[in-house]
Amino acid sequence: MMATILDMLLLLFLIVCAISVARTRDLLSAIIIFAAYSLIMAVVWQQLEAPDIAITEAAIGAGVTSLLLIATISKTRREE
Amino acid sequence: MEDLIVRMVSRIVVPFIQVYGFYVILHGHLTPGGSFSGGAILGSSMILFALAFNLERGAKKLSHETSTIVECAGAGWFAILGLVGIYMGQNFLTNKEAGFYMGAPGDLVSSGAIVLITLGLGLKVASTVVTLFYSLIEVEGDAHD
Repeated sequence: MMATILDMLLLLFLIVCAISVARTRDLLSAIIIFAAYSLIMAVVWQQLEAPDIAITEAAIGAGVTSLLLIATISKTRREE
Repeated sequence: MEDLIVRMVSRIVVPFIQVYGFYVILHGHLTPGGSFSGGAILGSSMILFALAFNLERGAKKLSHETSTIVECAGAGWFAILGLVGIYMGQNFLTNKEAGFYMGAPGDLVSSGAIVLITLGLGLKVASTVVTLFYSLIEVEGDAHD
């Protein structure tokens, strides 16, 4: 029962993050929200009993992708 | 980026991230995770160092050429370990019959060639991430004209 409520909350937060990434005008804020999306996604993978994918998601999605996108922003403009 | 707090925190945190990355790589055949996850953790620790300090000090620790060489050496290491199987008269990437030390199941040094392959591939993934970062950050010229 508790696990179901936790899954519901995680999926709700996932949807909120996904919509707000698309609607944010500031690209740096969008990247930070995208990192939060990847972190929640890692917890969801862990709830689905796939710890291997969870570690990879936390390392790639929240770490490397955010750093590469921030490096891209430093070469281009910040506003959309 | 000239920030004292970011520099001090990253100076403390980076060795722990690297130890954790090596832990994930070395236990790749026992626990969840492996060469890809651990290599990504290792590579992102290098990127964190290069971002917190300036790029020149990061490039002094691990330059673009060195990471490119390590990347190619990781792929070559995988191919050489596969060719050992052919040299011993078996198929490509043969593990036990090619004479690798198997050990007891559950030990750190066990499962023959898998440990060696995971170690090489972890270094390859780490240097690939660092090479991607350097290739992206070192592009000269005006991109937004």
